[in-house]
Amino acid sequence: MSGHRNTVQAGKSNRQDAVAFTRRHFIIAGATAAGGLAVGIGMLPRAAKALTVAAKPWDGNASSPYDLDAWIAIEPDDSVLIRYARSEMGQGSMTALPMIVAEELQCDWSKVRVEYASPNRSVRENNVYGDMSSVGSHSVRDSRIKLQQVGASARERLIAAAAAQWNVPASECKAADSVVSHAASGRRINYGALASAAAQIKLAAEPAIKAPEHYTFIGKPQPRVDVPLKVNGAAQYAIDTRLPDMVYAAIAQCPVPGGTLASVDEAPLKNMPGIVQVVRLKDAVAVVATDTFWRAKQGLARLHPEWNVGAAGSTDSAQFVKEYRDAALSGTAAVARNDGDVDSALSASGAKTLTSLYEVPYLAHATMEPMNATVHWQGDRLDVWVGTQAADRALKVAAETAGLKPEQVYIHNTFVGGGFGRKSRNDEMVQAIEIAKAINRPVKLVWTREDDMRHDRFRPQAAISFKGALDANGRPTALYIRTAVGSILRSLRINKVENGIEPMAIEGLANNPYQIANTKVECALKNTHIPVAFWRSVGASQNAFAIESFIDEMAHAAGRDPYQFRRAMLGSRPDWIKVLDTVVENSNWGRSLGPGRAQGLAIHECYGTIVGEVAEITISPQGALKVDRITLAADSGHVVNPLGFAEQMEGGVIFALTAALYGKVTVKNGVPEQGNFDTYPMVRLAQAPKIDVHFAMTGGKKWGGAGEPGGAPTAAAVCNAIFALTGKRIRSLPIMDHDLSGSA
Amino acid sequence: MITIDVNGTQHQVDIEPDTPLLWVLRDVIGLTGTKFGCGIAECGACTVHINGRAMRSCSVPIGVLDGATILTIEGLSSDASHPVQKAWVAEDVPQCGYCQSGQIMATVAFLKDFPNPTDADINANITNICRCGTYERLRRAIHRAADLMKA
Ligand code: FES
Ligand code: FES
Repeated sequence: MSGHRNTVQAGKSNRQDAVAFTRRHFIIAGATAAGGLAVGIGMLPRAAKALTVAAKPWDGNASSPYDLDAWIAIEPDDSVLIRYARSEMGQGSMTALPMIVAEELQCDWSKVRVEYASPNRSVRENNVYGDMSSVGSHSVRDSRIKLQQVGASARERLIAAAAAQWNVPASECKAADSVVSHAASGRRINYGALASAAAQIKLAAEPAIKAPEHYTFIGKPQPRVDVPLKVNGAAQYAIDTRLPDMVYAAIAQCPVPGGTLASVDEAPLKNMPGIVQVVRLKDAVAVVATDTFWRAKQGLARLHPEWNVGAAGSTDSAQFVKEYRDAALSGTAAVARNDGDVDSALSASGAKTLTSLYEVPYLAHATMEPMNATVHWQGDRLDVWVGTQAADRALKVAAETAGLKPEQVYIHNTFVGGGFGRKSRNDEMVQAIEIAKAINRPVKLVWTREDDMRHDRFRPQAAISFKGALDANGRPTALYIRTAVGSILRSLRINKVENGIEPMAIEGLANNPYQIANTKVECALKNTHIPVAFWRSVGASQNAFAIESFIDEMAHAAGRDPYQFRRAMLGSRPDWIKVLDTVVENSNWGRSLGPGRAQGLAIHECYGTIVGEVAEITISPQGALKVDRITLAADSGHVVNPLGFAEQMEGGVIFALTAALYGKVTVKNGVPEQGNFDTYPMVRLAQAPKIDVHFAMTGGKKWGGAGEPGGAPTAAAVCNAIFALTGKRIRSLPIMDHDLSGSA
Repeated sequence: MITIDVNGTQHQVDIEPDTPLLWVLRDVIGLTGTKFGCGIAECGACTVHINGRAMRSCSVPIGVLDGATILTIEGLSSDASHPVQKAWVAEDVPQCGYCQSGQIMATVAFLKDFPNPTDADINANITNICRCGTYERLRRAIHRAADLMKA
């Protein structure tokens, strides 16, 4: 422990004083810190008001004296607080879910504020918020009915309170725009004046909720509620947490996943100022410093830890590629679908057959905010600030790690600087708790970009083999698919997958809607020591590339237009046809684009949403590929916030395009090689295509997701365009590994 | 002891000169609107203005900044009224938002040099990474901000 100090003069900055005040406030009020960030809906004046709420976030009980229930509080000035029980990481559910409540509550949207629900309150109040995770594009799909009910119940209680006050039947009263009115007497009363009475009312029966055809608010585009906080630095991410007396930790983890720390010599840190402590974990070593993360990182750089890496330390990508290829082409596999008789159809006389193997590498999530967590452990109480996609799960894990009861743990969910599946497992939080236990001070642990990339839980590597047959008329008669891919469920120890078939592994393959009489799909799960997990679009991120490229191959082999070829196989799926027709129409499919340019088409369904895309590309004589435009059509059945939905489609395309063009994590001596954006490049503005999003909604019972599906068809659409232009079939990603020069 | 002016306030900082400005801003001064994304000047999340020029603060050591004037996202306006901020809100640009302080600071500096930017100007000069892929709206917002600044 060193007495090193930095002097910082706050000078005349009010902002500094405000920050300091907030911290003190936290400590004074901090006995019960929990709950949320509050943000204002609407434009700037509103946001300014909301900021005063956000300046002292994490209010202890996450309750308000004006609570109608755990979800809704209405203050005397009519402002409505809606608690949001998922995680805002850019996907927009902090806007979409409160919209669902507001639809039934009949409140004035400009009076709504949104606040994170407290996972601790959920523990204390009988799991009132239920599943708090934001994964698998399910936030809207799984919450809609419940949140409509929450809104409807609150509305009916407000009406009942007014009716009681006026001594009239509730059935004669009506609620709209935050006012209950009684037409016969002309009386009106604002929600704010009814809230405390309404909170006492128990309804004899829960009211019915609206059917989608009666929505008046859902389906109307709304600006995202969090945007005003994200243009002035006000939005608080986990990495922005600052606590009194807080110290900073940097961590070195065993470079080979699964290995352990053997030893580390602390001597090099002896005379370094500002170092608090070295903390040894099972598979990592952390250095804690007094005043900056930079100091902790510099200290860590002086250490040379020894690791036990085992046999995994001699593996590499070439070996993995061969193993996945072998598993896709030979040996046994579990049968996920078996229609007709594929073997006979493939060997039928006159059949034209084709075979292909598609391959994809490991991919990192590379969320813009690297993994980090801040922990304050006070013996019988644990406070954690972490960007998590599953605050309820994080709470359980934190309690187990600390040996505390769940009600003693407060997870302060923050704005999440990108999730994409990575932040459903909070490895950084577990480490930070262990470090906090060792040093007995509030501590912020930050992973460097290199830590974040090399210690990811990656998108699985895969090899996917295909065989197809066409009859003499070019009609498809057989489709055989086998995927060899890492099991996410086994890697995350969720499930052993005893039958050898993992839903994510066969997503979009086994349930493809193309009517081919003889179809067989097999699944060969195979893991290496590299941990794998959910990554935006999950199985579709590789399967859509593979199957939509192969269908394109079959279309060309049949001499048919790829659009017509697909359409002819979709007799039972009018929703797919609608998406296909919409994207084709809006992209002017089939028109000539001139020399060096071409279009490619792909379509895929995942997480309940069908997305079709036409990519327009240019390839220069030197082989430089530019994706100029993606025309996209989507059917999620219904959509809560069309603006947010379109943004997710756009973001999904860019995410997938980065993977298609550049994405690969390779392994050498057991260690993931790429560590930062210099070796794991990203699409930037200069590479970003124009993206046109069109809705092809079919309504009905379908409520599809938004976060995952947008990028699913992108790689195939681009690669199919490359084929159309060059005759060169891209069967492995990323595209940058292929030489396109002289081919256009 | 190094003296810097940050958003109009003088700060005296006593720290090793190799410490990047980013960590001085975030950890020492407590201005957390400027973000850490890569640490190697690749992503732009840490972009601030140093003496009026957009720089990636993760790669500028504090030791060379004695007497410098620094503007961060917190100092751009007191009420999010800068035309670039207004354009960002109007186009609903941010998703996770983590890159956006850097995008905005890069754009503010860019528009001083390119008041009538073409798409090619934007491509060549705004090179910050947005992992959420907000580029479609970001590009529109840059054009809108340019228009607002002329109005
Ligand atoms: S953090 Fe400075 S450029 Fe990425
Ligand atoms: S908005 Fe998330 S990284 Fe840009």
